[in-house]
Amino acid sequence: MWDMDAARDALPVVLSGFGVTLLATVLGFAVAVVAGLAVALLLRSGRRWIALPVGGLAAFVRSTPVMVQLFAAWVLVPGLDPLTLGVLVLGLHYATYLSEVYRAGIDAVPKGQWEACTALSLPRRRTWRAVVLPQAVRKVLPALGNYAVSMFKETPFLSVITVNEMVHEASAFGSTRFAYLESFTLAAAVFLLASWPTSLLVRRLEARLAH
Amino acid sequence: MTDSGTTAFLPALGRALPAIGEGLLVTLEATALGAALALLVAFALGLAARSRSRTVRGAVRVTVEFLRGTSLYVQLFWLFFALPMLGFRLEPMACGVLALGLNYGAYGAEVVRGAVAAVPAAQTEAAVALGMGPGLRLRRIVLPQAYVLMLPPFKNLLVQLLKSTPLLSLVTVADLTFRIDQLRSATGGTAAAYLLLLLVYFGVAVLLGAAMNALERRAKARLGVTGGSA
Repeated sequence: MWDMDAARDALPVVLSGFGVTLLATVLGFAVAVVAGLAVALLLRSGRRWIALPVGGLAAFVRSTPVMVQLFAAWVLVPGLDPLTLGVLVLGLHYATYLSEVYRAGIDAVPKGQWEACTALSLPRRRTWRAVVLPQAVRKVLPALGNYAVSMFKETPFLSVITVNEMVHEASAFGSTRFAYLESFTLAAAVFLLASWPTSLLVRRLEARLAH
Repeated sequence: MTDSGTTAFLPALGRALPAIGEGLLVTLEATALGAALALLVAFALGLAARSRSRTVRGAVRVTVEFLRGTSLYVQLFWLFFALPMLGFRLEPMACGVLALGLNYGAYGAEVVRGAVAAVPAAQTEAAVALGMGPGLRLRRIVLPQAYVLMLPPFKNLLVQLLKSTPLLSLVTVADLTFRIDQLRSATGGTAAAYLLLLLVYFGVAVLLGAAMNALERRAKARLGVTGGSA
């Protein structure tokens, strides 16, 4: 049954893990946002010898379990600390999702915008940076937000390569004190308390951008 | 070291092939059962979300947010480690199927709700005008059209669900990841083992995707035929 003392002891342990969870989410998502854009632009480069292998690799990464990718990276890339490695793997995995999101956003920029850039003979770089990307990114902000929430909830996977994020800490506390009920219930509550308001915020953003 | 690992890996792989096959079957079983439960949950919650009663809609909202917001990983561990402390012990596979089904069912509920809402209101109005009851309307008019819209997001969810099944190996289910992990620790052919594992998952994901695409084509064709004769 529920043990109040165990719960009181578990709370600071779980919360200290939550700090690592947040850090992993922020860093991982930063990697995903940048790498995802890079993938999207490479796929649109118009050079088949770039687009084909990049697209194939992205499809492979997207279609295989992130947990197995973490294990594989753990043995293939020695010498990195677990958190850095985890952030890179999780970030690159999500980059393959985000590249699709960016692509949809870029495709949704009206053709007239491109034509206007040509008419003004804006250089290609400037066309992308000043005209296309700002509009594309604005359109896909809610989708990016949803993926951030989703990544947040997948950070426990990092515990398989010994990152001491929240679920790892809850698990360790549970096994030493035999208090899994308290520690995992608290971890679940923290996830819910953090992700619900964030998804409400994303939905609000969605409604606002729709106008 | 890597060389000896790789040379030991191939014969060991040959010997381990039956075990890996069994692991693959367990992974497929978990995917199929999890997806079946998720489909059930998705339709139950997704249709209830369109109820006229505010209480029902509110209850569905809370359930969906709860199931999506608490992280699949934590749900599975809670069912496996915490639930026994309340006096209920489930088989590891049952924990896995339950966690996958409830979590993905909640995501699916949004898909069902959205797809049903996207069917033009005139379709329902026409069915009402023809004197169809609510059950018949849903079955013969709304769902066949909503179904086509549901299939592409369901395809994504199904592949996501498959990609979540390695989690089950963490709660002692002898799935594909579990078996290949055993092979890896027996041979030291580590990189090769994980590469093989990724390739098998990729193959299964591609096959599932192709199957869902075929379903979508068929559903569209059927809808075309129905529309033509009506």
